[in-house]
Amino acid sequence: MKYVLMYTSRPDLEAAVPPERQAEVYQQIFAWFERHGASFVDAGAELQGVETATTVKAPAEGGDPVVVDGPFTEAKEMIGGFSVIDVPDLDAALAMAREWPPLIFPGVAVEVRPIVDHGAM
Amino acid sequence: MSDTESTDLPDSRLAEVVRRESGLIVAALTRDLRNFDLAEEAVAEAVAKALVGWRSTGVPDRPGAWLTTVARRYAVDRLRSPVSTRVVLTGDPDAAPEPSWSEPTSAIRGDDRVAMLFGCCHPSLAVEARLALTLRAVLGVTTAQIAAAFLQPEPTIAQRIVRAKRKIVANGIALAVPDSDLAARLHDVLTVVLLAYNARFLEPADPAPGPHPRADRLTEDAIWLAGLIATELPHEPEAMGLLALLMLHESRAAARFAPHGRLILLADQDRGRWDHPTIARAERLLERAALYRRPGRFQLMAAIAACHASAPSTEETDWLQVLTLYDLLLTHDPSPVVRLNHAIALAEVLGPEAGLSELDSLGDSLAAYHLFHAARADLLRRCGRLDDARIADQRALDLTTNAAERNLLTDRLTSAL
Repeated sequence: MKYVLMYTSRPDLEAAVPPERQAEVYQQIFAWFERHGASFVDAGAELQGVETATTVKAPAEGGDPVVVDGPFTEAKEMIGGFSVIDVPDLDAALAMAREWPPLIFPGVAVEVRPIVDHGAM
Repeated sequence: MSDTESTDLPDSRLAEVVRRESGLIVAALTRDLRNFDLAEEAVAEAVAKALVGWRSTGVPDRPGAWLTTVARRYAVDRLRSPVSTRVVLTGDPDAAPEPSWSEPTSAIRGDDRVAMLFGCCHPSLAVEARLALTLRAVLGVTTAQIAAAFLQPEPTIAQRIVRAKRKIVANGIALAVPDSDLAARLHDVLTVVLLAYNARFLEPADPAPGPHPRADRLTEDAIWLAGLIATELPHEPEAMGLLALLMLHESRAAARFAPHGRLILLADQDRGRWDHPTIARAERLLERAALYRRPGRFQLMAAIAACHASAPSTEETDWLQVLTLYDLLLTHDPSPVVRLNHAIALAEVLGPEAGLSELDSLGDSLAAYHLFHAARADLLRRCGRLDDARIADQRALDLTTNAAERNLLTDRLTSAL
């Protein structure tokens, strides 16, 4: 089964973490990617900060798409990156997500979503 | 299944067959078709056909096999029909994927119904979704009956079940007893079975014919399921613990209600009406569980129930033992409700003032829980604070929706005048 892992965090809470602590966890993230190397279909990408985002949006009232300076949602949580994995089942995906090193920080979350398998048609 | 009972009324016989077989058939079909939704729909269809057909033909000799055959035929027809081909091609989420008749990749251990139960109680599903899906898919309870048991609108329950099934299918959640993390997963399963039991726990055991007779059988279904789990996972002491707990609750069922559905509290029950052979069996089961030396929440709850069940009266209850067990239970489950019960036991050991001061520390988290106010009223009365007790009883009454409990509290308030 293929799933996307979406790594999310709360930038407001993240700012309180000391830089040396962040560097340490960064090392652990590399180790985590190495440890689970065989499970990645696509290691994905780490995204630049949410302040760099631009969104193209369909207005709720209809009409032409508009370009908005900022992320697609005003939520406090932001997506910091994503990966595509292929593992036997959801339990395996959740076990992998549970080990995501930044989860020691408050507000960090990993969303696990199965992907639509167009190959089955 | 023997044919000696085929003279029974088809409806009651069908209810029994559905309970024993439907989870098994759904699990087997799901394994073959790799489509939980379709398997469940097919079994529901077969049950509907049986309801109509068995009235005129009588119950077949092997009702389970009959249901399996009809369900399988329905599923295969559905997969072959042009409608399902079309939805497969358009990628509709409701669509059934191509059937796969290949062997499952890993053998499912034990009874398929238990495997199914683990899938339905997967931690990725919300607890209320686990419960609704378990009742529907493992026990064959209808959506309308589930809605009635939980006082929820039927569309809410239907939506919850559909969503849970879709999530299981979309995520490829295995309908299997897990290889890893068994203790935590089993705990989730046992919790759902206990919730199913408790849903009707406060209703009279022998009620006047009500609008939802099937819902009254949830307790029976839950005990049956607990027995199945304990049989299929014979070395899991927590499974034995839950079965013992439910047996102990059930042993008091006859004494719990007076005529007209009046609730009788443990202290006032006629202990001669308890089912003592069942109590003895539950105690033996707990002793066997204890040999594994892996205590847990369900064994401790059962051990507490056993203390009450073996006491000749409230006064002669070994309250020190009860209190010690609650101390242990708190290490597994530090929830406010357990702390409430701990405070009640403390009051019996150290006096009502001690219990009351522990209770008052729980006021914030349990302010909306009627039994908190009822327990507080009892301790206040024993401390001689009658006016405060009356206020607490009134608060409890305002928060209670259960008819039997309302009657009890009303009696208490009027007799105190």
